[in-house]
Amino acid sequence: MSGFFKSSIGRKVAMALSAFFLMFFLLQHFAINILSVFSADAFNEVSHFMGTNPLIQYALQPVLIFGVVFHFVMGFVLELKNKKAQGMSYAKNNGAANSSWMSRNMIWSGVAILAFIILHFIDFWFPEINTKFIQGDWSGTMEGVEGFRYHEELTHKFHSHIRTIAYVVAFIFLMLHLLHGFTSAFQSMGSTAGRKKTLQNIGKAYSIIIPLGFIFIALYHHLKYVLS
Amino acid sequence: MNLTLKIWRQKDSKTKGQMVDYKVTDISEHMSFLEMMDVLNEQLVNSGEEPVAFDHDCREGICGMCSMYINGEAHGPDRGITTCQLHMRMFKDGDTITIEPFRAAAFPVIKDLVVDRMAFERIQQAGGYISVNTSGNTQDANSIPISKHAADEAMDAATCIGCGACVATCKNSSAMLFVGAKVSQYALLPQGQVEAADRVQNMVAQMDLEGFGNCTNTGACEVECPKGISLENIARMNRELMKANL
Repeated sequence: MSGFFKSSIGRKVAMALSAFFLMFFLLQHFAINILSVFSADAFNEVSHFMGTNPLIQYALQPVLIFGVVFHFVMGFVLELKNKKAQGMSYAKNNGAANSSWMSRNMIWSGVAILAFIILHFIDFWFPEINTKFIQGDWSGTMEGVEGFRYHEELTHKFHSHIRTIAYVVAFIFLMLHLLHGFTSAFQSMGSTAGRKKTLQNIGKAYSIIIPLGFIFIALYHHLKYVLS
Repeated sequence: MNLTLKIWRQKDSKTKGQMVDYKVTDISEHMSFLEMMDVLNEQLVNSGEEPVAFDHDCREGICGMCSMYINGEAHGPDRGITTCQLHMRMFKDGDTITIEPFRAAAFPVIKDLVVDRMAFERIQQAGGYISVNTSGNTQDANSIPISKHAADEAMDAATCIGCGACVATCKNSSAMLFVGAKVSQYALLPQGQVEAADRVQNMVAQMDLEGFGNCTNTGACEVECPKGISLENIARMNRELMKANL
C-alpha cells in the first residue's frame, strides 16, 4: 500500500482525500460562523463547545492541522515535479483554448489561500492556543466582556478596513480554487460523478455559496462597526 | 495566401535550438498543414538551406506520427484532428504561425520539430498487451459474451493513436490520458481482465519512471485529443490502480 502512495496516481488520491476532508471542515466552519450574524449567544455557545470539547481539541484539531499542512506540502511537491516534467516552455501557448483559468492556476490560488491561512492563524488560532494551552484559561471569558469572549473577538477583528479587504480577496481565491478542486477531487478518486451535470452543479453551488457566505460575514461585521 | 512562419529549428538533440522566421507565398487554403510545410521545405532545398525536419507518415489521421504545436495548441487550432488533417483554411492571409515541437522532458527533441516518443512504447511494453495465445486455437467470438456498453467503451479507448498530443498540451506533461486509454482498452474486456492488476501497476510505474508529470484534471488533453479520448479513462485507470493495491 505504501508503494501506491508513492505513485503519481496515489499522490493524486491523497490530495483528493485531504481535499474532501478540508471541504467538509470548511462547510462546518461556515455553518458556525454564519451564526455570528444572527445570534451572538448562539455563536458563543457553539464556539465554546468546539473550543473546549476534548475530542475536538485533542483528536480532530491535530487531524485538521495535518490535513491542511499535507494538502499544501503535497500541492507544492507535485507542482515542482510537474514543472520538472514539463521541460522547456512553449514560445506560444494558448492554455485558454482547452482549459479553465482555475484549473491551470491551482498553485497560485493555493498560495493566496496559504497566505490567508497564515493571517487567519495569527488572528485567531495562535491567540486561542496561547490562551488555552499556554495560559491554561479554558473559561472562554475575558475581562470587560459579559459572557463568552468569542463573538467580541470575531467582530473586533473586522473593525480594520485592510483586514476585511484581505479576507474578501482571500475568499475570492478560495472560490476559484474550489471551482476546479471540487469536481477534480472526484475525478482523482476514480469517480466519473464529477463529470455528471448534477455533481458539477452541486460543486458550483458549494464553491460559490460558501466563499460568498464568508465574504458576507466579514462585510456584515465590518459595515456594522463602520456604520455604528 | 502569404504567411510568416516562426519555426523551432534545432540541429540535433544536443544543440540548443531557436525560433527562426520564414515567409511562404501563394499557399492554397485547400492545402493541408503538412503540404504547406512541404512547400516551405521545397523552397528551402531550392535555396540550398536545410529543410525543416518534422514527423509524418500516413497523412490521413491514423498513424499518430505528425506532431507539432501550432499557435499554442497541439495539432493546431482545429478540434478532433491530427496535424495532417489541419487545413490552411483555418488561417488567414498575412497570419504569423508559430510552430514548435511537442514539449515534455519525456519527449526530447531529436531535430527541429521531431521528438522522441519512445517513452510511450516502453509504457506499452510494460503491460499494454494480453498474454492469451491466439495463434491456432482461436475461440469463436460469440463464446465470450461482452456487453454492448463495455465493447463500445473499450473500442473508444482503443482508438488512441499514441500521438502524444495529451502530453504536449498538458501543463504538467502528464501521460495519463494515453495510459488511461491503454489500461481501459483491456480492463473493460474479459480477455484483459486476467492481467488487469499487474498491467495497471506496471504501466503506471513505467509512466512515472519516464518522467511524465501528474494529472491535475485540467481537461486540456481531452479537448486536444484527435480521437476524443475521454477523461473517464483516467478515472478508470485511477480505480484500477486502487483496486490493484487494495
